[in-house]
Formats: sequence, structure tokens, C-alpha cells
Amino acid sequence: MTLKKTALHPEHVRLSAKMTDFHTWDMPLYYTSILEEHQAVRTAAGIFDISHMGQVLVTGSGALATLNELVVSDLTQLGEGRACYTMMLNPAGGIVDDIIIYRLGADEYVVIINCGTREKDVQWLLDHQQPKTSIRHVSDGRAIVAVQGPKAAEVLEPIVQTSLTGLGRFSLARLTGFGSLAWVARTGYTGSDGFEFFLEDPHAVRLWSKVLQAPGVLPAGLGARDTLRLEAGLRLYGSDMDDATSPYEADLGWTVAIHKPSFIGKAVLVEQKQRGVAKKLVGLELPEGPVPRHGCPIMAGEQQVGAITSGTFSLMLNRPIGMGYVESGLAKPGTPLTVVIRNKPYPAAVVKMPFWRLQDARPAGAALHQES
Amino acid sequence: MHVPQELRYTKSHEWVKSSGPAVGGTGGEVVVGITAHAQEELRDVVYVELPAVGKAVKQGEAAAVVESVKAAFDIYAPVSGTVTRVNAALGQSPQLVNKDCYAEGWFFALKPTNPGELNGLMTSDQYTQLIQAGAH
Repeated sequence: MTLKKTALHPEHVRLSAKMTDFHTWDMPLYYTSILEEHQAVRTAAGIFDISHMGQVLVTGSGALATLNELVVSDLTQLGEGRACYTMMLNPAGGIVDDIIIYRLGADEYVVIINCGTREKDVQWLLDHQQPKTSIRHVSDGRAIVAVQGPKAAEVLEPIVQTSLTGLGRFSLARLTGFGSLAWVARTGYTGSDGFEFFLEDPHAVRLWSKVLQAPGVLPAGLGARDTLRLEAGLRLYGSDMDDATSPYEADLGWTVAIHKPSFIGKAVLVEQKQRGVAKKLVGLELPEGPVPRHGCPIMAGEQQVGAITSGTFSLMLNRPIGMGYVESGLAKPGTPLTVVIRNKPYPAAVVKMPFWRLQDARPAGAALHQES
Repeated sequence: MHVPQELRYTKSHEWVKSSGPAVGGTGGEVVVGITAHAQEELRDVVYVELPAVGKAVKQGEAAAVVESVKAAFDIYAPVSGTVTRVNAALGQSPQLVNKDCYAEGWFFALKPTNPGELNGLMTSDQYTQLIQAGAH
């Protein structure tokens, strides 16, 4: 099967990136090293091609009503020029996808959907289209470029000639001179400061080349994107949650506006909020040892209480970390558990996510209280 | 790609050194590591699991594990034998596998039970051909 290519594909090839098949897209896994690219984002800046994500334009006087019924957040509270992390649910309260909605104008929204769920999401949106609403999948011919890291604003400002330091987190600004429907937002999937650009293909290629000329900026692939998001405690749809998990189980209850008059999945969530949920997603830290990976059993004593959904080696904490579902009674930070890797048990402790945060420079080793 | 002349190789990208003053080897023991090609493919080694000293391993059997950020891979015993030493430095510094795979990044040493198996290993020329054939 021929893999799909983004507009920046020739740039990845030119940079000799190690490519990987990501949900039928030929995407860069790394250019030189996942750890080097991770380090660049934490200390300077990295640039990512994330054009495999889908972009859906929702407009018209019915746009707000359509979207507000589809997501758990209260979009009546979302001002123009603001963005919101939220999720669409099925009637059983399972997560159809986690998304970011950007409100570009009074009746103009763009929904950013995951690569692996593009078709499902677009169909789901169309199936729930209300009157006076236009829903258009505009991904073709468009790209998304993320520039992430503490130096991102200073690198980008001269290039885009827009004040970025003044742009608030989850705020966006329209770009002029970058084609139609072009905007930049202070959003990202790394836990570091940074920006995402939503542009037509030729403008994305131009931006990419200019940013890479700036000193200290490294191109970064999906490998680093995964290790960065894990350190930041950000869930990955398809691994850490799916159609059968609810926002409460995924410990994303903060996104849910439970008192909103109506939204798909509300009845189940109201019941879950009252009764509690049986399992919960937690962060786990191992003081040392191998990397917990998807499927590794999580044990409390001799009993299996869950499984790892994703894990990696944290460069910033210098130790293995992972996420996984456990019985709710064991979800409290500090709970000692073990993770079984290649048939051997390794001590781990439940920790509050994010594992790593820009603001807290906690020394590696300070967070683990358990001995076992 | 660096493929030292004096070493022997396996299809699964381990190198074998029959006597190794550079890594403190003594007579009758072979030292095992992974090749420059293997570490290049792995990149970003973050963990190495080594066998217990005294463990008996059979040729072709998984004897160690190396983990990169993305995945874990088995390291196979190039010949049958008993593990005599392991490179404890890899516990604190697994990145030695990337930095110096033919010396500081060695994995373990074996006392072969059937030294004849050594003759079946690949020469540096044969191994170079193998990785070149697989490169395209």
C-alpha cells in the first residue's frame, strides 16, 4: 500500500529522517535521535510536522449548537480567538476522540482530530450536523507545523511578524501573508511552551525552512513527540483511551461541564460521577529498571489490577514512566504497585501527572516515597 | 560502518571477541557485544538487561535484552557457554552501547562449552556483506 505523504515529506527525506508508517502516513520517527530531539524541545526548540492530524472547518449560525452537543466542554464559554481541549463521546460515554477546538470567529470553528480517527470523526460530525451548519473536512492541501520549546517565541516572532510573547496559552492569532485560513495558536502536545501553525501547504513549507535556519532549532519526529507527551502526562487516543473508556476513567473529568443542559453521553457520565468508576488511568514511575510498555501487567501484590497503556524512558526524570488503568481504589498518588516486564516484577508508584512540568523543577528521585 | 577485522559476527548482529586485552578478557573466554550497525539501528539505548554470572546459555538463545526508547530487543548467545562476567557499567550508563559498542559497551563474557561453534561465526567480510545486502 502506498503511504500518504504530507507537504513536508520531501523535507524529511532531505534531512534523512528515519520514516515510519503512522496510521497509513509516511511520517518522520526521528531525524538524528529521539533523546536529542526531546532534549532540544525541553531546552531550546524543536519543529514538528503534524500535518497528519485532521482539520475540520465548522461554520454557520448553527455551528455552536452542533459542536456543543458533540463535546463534553461548554463551548458557550469559549471566546473568539480561544482554543479548548475537549472530547466527543458516544451515547455510552466512551470517547470517540479527544480534540482541540479553535474558535476563529463568531460562527467559525476548526476541530483538530487525530490521524487514526479522521474518517470516523468526520462521519460522526456529519451525522450530528444541526441546521444552519456547514461541516467541511479541509485537511487536503493544508498542513500543521508545531514549534515547541522555551525558545519558540523568540525564534518565531521575526519570521511571522506577529507578537507571540503576548499570546496567552490556548489563544490564537490570525496570520496575514500566510495564505487563507492561516492562524497560530499557543498550543502543543509536549508540555513545553510552544506554538502550532495551521496553514496551506506552500506556506507551511516556507515556514518550516525559515524556522530550521534559526540557531538551536532541531527538526523533531513522532518518537520525540511521544516521549514528550508522555512526560507531560498527555493521553494518546487509541493507546490510553478509546471508544470504551470515559473521560472520568481517563482521569480527564476536568474537561466535563456536567451541568451543561445536554451533550451526547451525558446520562452515563452523570451516573459515573455519582457512583464513581471502577478503573482509572494513573501515572506510574519506576525508580529504575526497564521500560514499561503497552500491555505490561500492573500488580498489587499477587493480583493483577490493570495494564500499562503507554510507557517510555523519561529523559528529564532519568527513569521509566508509564500510564495504565488500575482499580480506582489504587489510583491514589503514592500507592505502591509493581509492573511486570518480561515476566519479572519491578516496583513502581502511582504519581500525579504530569510526570514533568515546566514550572516544577523537582529533582529526579524526590517524588518516590515507596520502598518495596 | 565500522566492522573490526579481528572480531567474529552473528546474523543477529552480535560481535564476538575470542581474547580481549582491551576489555580485560582472559584465556578461554569470549566477549560479546552488539555491532555498530545494530546500535545505529537501535539509537537511544536506555536500558540493558544482563544475564546472571554463572548462567548456562545455549547458542542462539536470548541471553540479554537491550532497550531503546521505542522497543526492546533480545541479544542472543553467539555460542553455548557459561556467563563468566557482565558489563556492570551498562546499568548506570546504557548509552555506552551507542558511544563505544566494540569496547566500553560490551555486554557479557562466556566460557564456551563447545569452542567448535566459534568456527561457524561470520568473519568481518562476511558480516559486512550481510549488512550491505540488507541495507537496500
